[in-house]
Amino acid sequence: MITRRTLVKGGACALVGLGAVPRFLVRAADAAPARGRVLVAVFQRGAVDGLAMVPPHGDPGYYPTRPSIAIPRPARGDADRTIDLDEFFGLHPALAPLVPLWQARQLAVVHACGSPDPTRSHFDAQDYMESGTPGVKSTADGWLARAGAGRSASSPFRAVAIGSRLPRTLRGDAGAVAMASIDRFDVRAGADTGARKGFEELYAGGGRDLLHGTGRETFEAVRRLKSSGASRIVPANGAEYPRGRFGEAMRQIAQLIRADVGLEIAFADMEGWDTHVGQGAERGQLALRLAEFGDALAAFARDLGDRMSDVVVLTMSEFGRTVAENGNRGTDHGHATAMLVLGGGVQGGRVHGRWPGLAREQLFEGRDLAMTTDFRTLFSEVATRHLGVPAAAPLFPGWRPVAPLGIV
Amino acid sequence: VPRPSAAPAAPVTVEAGAQAPTTLPAMDDAAIAHLLSRATFGVRPGDVERVRALGAATWLEQQLDPRRLDDSAVEAALAPMTTLTMSIPALLREFPRPDQDLRDKIRNGEVTRAEVMAMYPPHKRPGRIVAELSAAKMIRAVHSDRQLEEVMVDFWFNHFNVYALKGEGRWYVTAYERDAIRPHALGRFRDLVRATARHPAMLFYLDNWLSTRADFTMPIGPHRGRKAGLNENYARELLELHTLGVDGGYTQQDVTEVARAFTGWTIDRPRVNGAYVYRPARHDRDAKVVLGHRFPAGGGESDGERVIDLVTRHPSTARFIAGKLVRRFVADDPPGALVERVAATFRATGGQTRAMLRTIFAAPEFWAPEARRAKIKKPFEFVASATRAVGGRVEGDGGFALARAVAEIGEPLYGAQPPTGHPDTAEAWVSTGALLARMNFALALTQGRYPGVRVDAGSAGGTALALGAPEFQRR
Repeated sequence: MITRRTLVKGGACALVGLGAVPRFLVRAADAAPARGRVLVAVFQRGAVDGLAMVPPHGDPGYYPTRPSIAIPRPARGDADRTIDLDEFFGLHPALAPLVPLWQARQLAVVHACGSPDPTRSHFDAQDYMESGTPGVKSTADGWLARAGAGRSASSPFRAVAIGSRLPRTLRGDAGAVAMASIDRFDVRAGADTGARKGFEELYAGGGRDLLHGTGRETFEAVRRLKSSGASRIVPANGAEYPRGRFGEAMRQIAQLIRADVGLEIAFADMEGWDTHVGQGAERGQLALRLAEFGDALAAFARDLGDRMSDVVVLTMSEFGRTVAENGNRGTDHGHATAMLVLGGGVQGGRVHGRWPGLAREQLFEGRDLAMTTDFRTLFSEVATRHLGVPAAAPLFPGWRPVAPLGIV
Repeated sequence: VPRPSAAPAAPVTVEAGAQAPTTLPAMDDAAIAHLLSRATFGVRPGDVERVRALGAATWLEQQLDPRRLDDSAVEAALAPMTTLTMSIPALLREFPRPDQDLRDKIRNGEVTRAEVMAMYPPHKRPGRIVAELSAAKMIRAVHSDRQLEEVMVDFWFNHFNVYALKGEGRWYVTAYERDAIRPHALGRFRDLVRATARHPAMLFYLDNWLSTRADFTMPIGPHRGRKAGLNENYARELLELHTLGVDGGYTQQDVTEVARAFTGWTIDRPRVNGAYVYRPARHDRDAKVVLGHRFPAGGGESDGERVIDLVTRHPSTARFIAGKLVRRFVADDPPGALVERVAATFRATGGQTRAMLRTIFAAPEFWAPEARRAKIKKPFEFVASATRAVGGRVEGDGGFALARAVAEIGEPLYGAQPPTGHPDTAEAWVSTGALLARMNFALALTQGRYPGVRVDAGSAGGTALALGAPEFQRR
């Protein structure tokens, strides 16, 4: 079987010879889409406060540094308090819909996870987390694209980002598709019935540049999506997605999975985590965002039902926030945060990673939660063990794998 | 467009004649089209011939001195959009935020939907403000003769990005573009930093209005009695995104010191007046060290001014701004030698945008074959240029329709949530979904499906295929 990687190594000549045939078709001309493993990566853009999402209520440093925004200590029967997980960590009460998944051991937390790079720039930190190369800006492709690149596949929907822009992490050789909406992913030609064919011919010619390559993949994706019937699939098992962009994205990812279009890597993001002012505690600004976030993840798991045994949802954010609240009942840019891993094959019901502590001398640069799990440890474990990416694949250039967390 | 008397116009430095006109190479029509593709929002039928007749150098000088170009037709087209010229207090008064409990009241039957519609008709809702601003941006991009100024307004707004939908932003953003960005679009960089630093839109968006010295207790307002303190959001983005650049040579300590310098720069009654005010009681009067410069104790509002002087004169800023300009006008990967020359112009002229643009347009790198069609149009540029290419006329609600189309292709106007603004490189804009959206726009435009946008069906290249083709996505 010809993989995309061998094709790329074959160089421009091979591609010119292939003419207008979309790359993914060449990769595996006749393999039928099968029910395979799926990784759903979720980026919380703006730096989520891991200490509010998964409060370390048992740490003596937690409550004194956050007089107005700490999530109250757990108390049985009180829904407005931290939901205790293991007598040390808890979940924000807005994430209550995720508790059944925790109890079913399908939800794990990795706390104090993040990047070894000290930057507090949203832009740089997102760039590093998406490229998978902390401190190196010149990396051309994203780590999710690399996770998809070496694999053979038969589908234009092997790697999909929900949104009108392709995120940095899927740029590269995975042939990833970006779409804002399944329902509108088509040429709406009106009276101009020849338009689709005309456009297709325009993009079929030309070189292997970004525009032509993307154009060719677009038309095959349109055809395949239409024949899959994905847009007619409605949420199952009574799943109700929250209103808003993120719930809508998760709903569409579930549609693609259930339509068996050959999805292996999906990406969605959610904004609004940059809570410098009036962050709130058990209620308030951040609680509203977490409710939308948790509701969407819970609805997704419910919608997929048994299919979750093939799926891992991995959440990430570029950094965490200051341990102490700032002058405006918010938090400024910090360092490590908490990431969630959700799925049937996850070693859930546990908070993984070493807890560095919140005492002043334990903090990163005297102010932020220290990082004890490099995000690459988590990401590579999910990619290799769940997706089956060869361990030797240079997913994270310049990084030497360490002992896995045992999370999948 | 007349400016409201409520918003004092910032001083504008006009230096016409201060510098010799740019020397441009001899040009064929392809070269003229290249110049137009970068200095305007796209070539209209007949544009190349008009510039050829006038002379490209003369045309460019006109563009660099836009106040001498008559733009009354566009001003007349914008006149019905009354929010464009209103002051912030007037907008706060005329477009009050709807009753927060309205949804509950409808559910409880206290009011009917029809009553709500009567109370808050669409044209009286706050959303109208950003909608008019977006429509005006489309109309100006398509029709203004001051094309280069419009290009630079877009560039600088994006550089000093604010997100219109955060909190009070929607009442502030019109004035922000009109009073803080537009007057300085071709002027001095320092004036842009000074104007944006004090503007309520920026003070609100990056939270500086709430930043105070440690242990300050709010004396009035909804947070009365609360202890406030430092917020470093604006300070960090000022250094990282507005001036020095992330590798420009500053530390976390510098961020904190800059934040201390700007304490007290706040907003007077954000929901009533929404004007900049300096409140000395909030200011941290202790000594500071910013980028190695010692600020003695006892400073006030001038601490922030001094920071602006320091960072706008910093060599990293010259390089950072030069790099961004060259990326906009020449190539995604800006040629280093040209960036250095533009940075030198920045240093020599005190950050004159007009002068930096002259350096760029005179540069061999700008005219080099590899620079031609090297840029992918942003969705905003694509929609404007397609409309111009078909000789489109935007009337009535046409601007609203075009603004919605731009958002659908991935660039919601005034809607970039992160302080980085919208990206300016190809990879960000080329994706399957976005290409489909571009083709669909080309179809809808040429089929006359956008109300208020009239197209000349007979114009050369005015077909959906031409506008959706790979070549047309480039400039």
